[in-house]
Amino acid sequence: MFPILTVMVALPAVGAAVLWALPSGARERVREIALGITVLELALAVALFVQFDTAAAGDIQFSETYSWIPQIGASWALGVNGIGLLMVVLAAILTPLAVLAGWWEDRDADRRTRYLALILLSEAFMVGIFAARDVFLFYVLFEAMLIPLYFLIGSFGGAQRRYAAVKFLLYSLVGGLIMLAGVVALYFQGPGGDEAFLTDNLTDLSMSTSTERLIFLAFFFAFAIKAPMVPVHTWLPTVAENARPGTTALLVAVLDKIGTFGMLTLCVALFPEAAAWAAPVIIVFAVISVVYGGLLAIGQRNMLRLVSFTSVSHFGIMVLGIFAFTQTSVEGAALYMFNHGLSTGALFFAVGFLIHRRGTADVTEYGGLQRVVPVFAGTFLVIGLSALALPGLSPFISEIMVLVGAFSVAKAAVIVSTFGVVLAALYVLLTYQKVFTGPVPEARASFRELTRRERVVLWPLIALMLVLGFLPGIAIDTLSDPAADIVATVPVEEAGQ
Amino acid sequence: MTFTTPEIAWAPLAPLMIVLGAAAAAILVESFVRAPERRRAVQLLLSLVALLAAAGTAVVQWATLDGAGTVVLADMVTVDRQALAWQVLILVFGVLGTLLFASRTRAGEEAFTPLGSVAPGSTEETLARRKGFQVTEVFPLALFAVGGMMLFTAVTDLIFLFVALEVFSLPLYILVALARRRRFLSHEGALKYFLLGAFSSAILLFGAAFLYGATGTTAYAGISAGIATAAGVDPLILAGAVMVIVGLLFKIGAVPFHSWTPDAYQGAPTPVTAFMGAATKAAATAALLRVVYEAFYGLEWELSWLIWIVAIASMLLGTVVALVQTDLKRMLAYSSVAHAGFILVAFAGFPDGALSALPFYLASYGLATMGAFAVISQVREKAEDGAVLGEATRLGQWAGLGRRSPLLAGAMALFLLSFAGIPLTAGFIGKFVAFAAAVSEGAWPLVLIAVIASAAAAFFYVRLIVLMFLTDVPEGQEDAVEIEFSPYARIVVLVTAALVILLGIVPGPVLSAFENAGVLLLGAAG
Repeated sequence: MFPILTVMVALPAVGAAVLWALPSGARERVREIALGITVLELALAVALFVQFDTAAAGDIQFSETYSWIPQIGASWALGVNGIGLLMVVLAAILTPLAVLAGWWEDRDADRRTRYLALILLSEAFMVGIFAARDVFLFYVLFEAMLIPLYFLIGSFGGAQRRYAAVKFLLYSLVGGLIMLAGVVALYFQGPGGDEAFLTDNLTDLSMSTSTERLIFLAFFFAFAIKAPMVPVHTWLPTVAENARPGTTALLVAVLDKIGTFGMLTLCVALFPEAAAWAAPVIIVFAVISVVYGGLLAIGQRNMLRLVSFTSVSHFGIMVLGIFAFTQTSVEGAALYMFNHGLSTGALFFAVGFLIHRRGTADVTEYGGLQRVVPVFAGTFLVIGLSALALPGLSPFISEIMVLVGAFSVAKAAVIVSTFGVVLAALYVLLTYQKVFTGPVPEARASFRELTRRERVVLWPLIALMLVLGFLPGIAIDTLSDPAADIVATVPVEEAGQ
Repeated sequence: MTFTTPEIAWAPLAPLMIVLGAAAAAILVESFVRAPERRRAVQLLLSLVALLAAAGTAVVQWATLDGAGTVVLADMVTVDRQALAWQVLILVFGVLGTLLFASRTRAGEEAFTPLGSVAPGSTEETLARRKGFQVTEVFPLALFAVGGMMLFTAVTDLIFLFVALEVFSLPLYILVALARRRRFLSHEGALKYFLLGAFSSAILLFGAAFLYGATGTTAYAGISAGIATAAGVDPLILAGAVMVIVGLLFKIGAVPFHSWTPDAYQGAPTPVTAFMGAATKAAATAALLRVVYEAFYGLEWELSWLIWIVAIASMLLGTVVALVQTDLKRMLAYSSVAHAGFILVAFAGFPDGALSALPFYLASYGLATMGAFAVISQVREKAEDGAVLGEATRLGQWAGLGRRSPLLAGAMALFLLSFAGIPLTAGFIGKFVAFAAAVSEGAWPLVLIAVIASAAAAFFYVRLIVLMFLTDVPEGQEDAVEIEFSPYARIVVLVTAALVILLGIVPGPVLSAFENAGVLLLGAAG
């Protein structure tokens, strides 16, 4: 069988190496090369999606297993079920758009080459992580991914970018190294042997309750940092403010999903009893994230920080959905992971375009743009409305599924989280008002309308959100079975809260 | 008293004999070959050939070893796969170190002083320098050190342990004192290293005497038998065991026996620091493994507290103090203290896994250390008049190095990431197998402390990466640093960088080789 997933990991990685290897003279066309590679990757992802058998969405498909380090039980094992499939597709959709969005960011060809090579390398890691079926491989990619990201944040961006990069790295490393202790401990609970780390070999382990809980916590901590949950979310606003909007779009829209993805496919699937044990506390933190993120978003003047806080809020809803353990809520959370990627990615790109024109992310520096750039304003409004989960746009479906699904088990949590939805309306509409309505200052009369390139970045995302808003079944079909499997592993507990 | 000549099986000792024989020959070369350039060439060639031949012999022995190994020299030395694995490792470090010793600056200046024995700044020194006087005694000294270390990994007798310790320590003390620049620092480092080293040797010897008093033998097997037969725990045995272990912990550089490391690392000529940092730690770890597993295994319960405390103290102190260093060599010295702690983590509970995990850990650590110091030796200060001075070891001087020399800075970043244990580098696999060994004996609290210390340690490694790649060269400092180009040092940097990546991505063959070596041949009790 054609090893499509390995090819999808290798293609951007090789692309990155090729870009680096290009001699300085031949670097004029790096953007076109990078775009070509990412579009090719997208084509592969579409092929993957088409080939995927939705009737067996709960099973691992496109499975490949090669021996890698048999001495410690690690294999190069890839494969996706419905959830992994959507995440791989999401990564493949957003990376070419990020390349396009940053088309004019660098004047210097060498600098541009480095940026694009790092973006390609990140894509390779993202696809690898979402497709990994081996805990060791997952961990290796999870940690190694920090290096391209660190340089993406630290070399390209705002004034405080070095500080942001180090903060990001240290937060991630603390989480990652604690997870390493969990990975090592898991090895000794498993069957051992040459394929000790295959996730298939690690489900249904019999461990003592306390061991299972400790290992669960080690994994969960790393994922909670990645999917920024209060109180370990503070790296995200700093990074968002200082990194390039294109970088942040990839980071929040795709990479942070590794956190929730890991919670679903590792934390809950491997340690169901510990997950059930920890769920009440995690739900409380999730609800705090929802409300706290929303409140802080309202108070932000910097649009990049604002969007990052909205994401903290949205990630709270996903975590709530995962740990409510009902079919609908888990399905909704998985769907939200995809939809939030589209919506937040578009939002960061759009804010990036604003900043590119005006040179600042400060919302008070804008105003009255609606009359100057009506198309931009309309586009921005639609994207903003998707963030506040307006019916008709896809995030609505997923958010409502989480809230409805979780209501039966965590009424109080859902009621409080609903305030988060109200807050979303506030921060989105207030921002729109400040930027696009009001009198037109003369200095801004020359503000440029969305260019064709920028439309190519934003409109496909909007179109996708509309399609999935009206026909969510396309995505839900791939998610129902994996969600059912996950829910089935968790021991049923009495409806609490 | 009758004295019977011991039966010596010479064949298993061949690698050792090659190295020590070459060292003796190198002394003659030093005296009889007069022309400096030719002498240098002969010394370099002799050292490299001897080390490579010894490594080849060791590998052949490893492949053809029948059974677990051979006991030679009447139970005092054991050549088994474990010993051969360590010996190959030390020989590799020896080859890389020799290449570094031979590297010279563009102006033909080497890292070593022409007259080690005269006072810094004296007339003789100035005259010797002006006349272009050169000595090449570093080569035989290093060969003796390598020979001593190789013996150190194979000894199974306390007397021999002491002899081997001195054989490799004495040349190292001298090597540390030979720096061409900053002679006072070099002398200070060497003196501290010597005094504390002599002190620790004495402690080790004292411990050996206790053990002899309690068990009537200095052979590991006999001590082990003595521990097994003693009713309860003999305080004399316990005190002796602790003292022997302390003597070895000093060589590993674990807290509280680490105080020589920053001064010796900083003062020594950088090629010596590289060799010493990589090889001494490996040799001392090998000796500690053997003495603990072959002689003191029965005292596991009584000794584990010592290992735990020293491991925790080393990780924490090494990490915290490294955070505030402003000198690169001192920073790496404290980082080596933290790594001594990680090494001891693998010891906790005396797991069998440590026998194969630690060779890999030391291989990855040693390669990164070699590479990092090789890079340091290439970054030089430049005076206003354009003269190239000593190494630029202040952290601030490395700002913007990524732009000046992407190759060196990139390699350095790789070594630092390997120290920090980031995946896809050898350091990660090393940490993984070391922690796995500890967890297999239930020492997970120690592993938890180790991962937290790793995260904190990452901060100072990353700080240097920030300086090199994300910081611009300060105004007016554009010409303050010169990148040297020594082909030998380049070879070392490239080889170590390639190995660090290779061992990080496909560690399988090396891991299974060391797994193969993870068995100790226990000598006959008696």
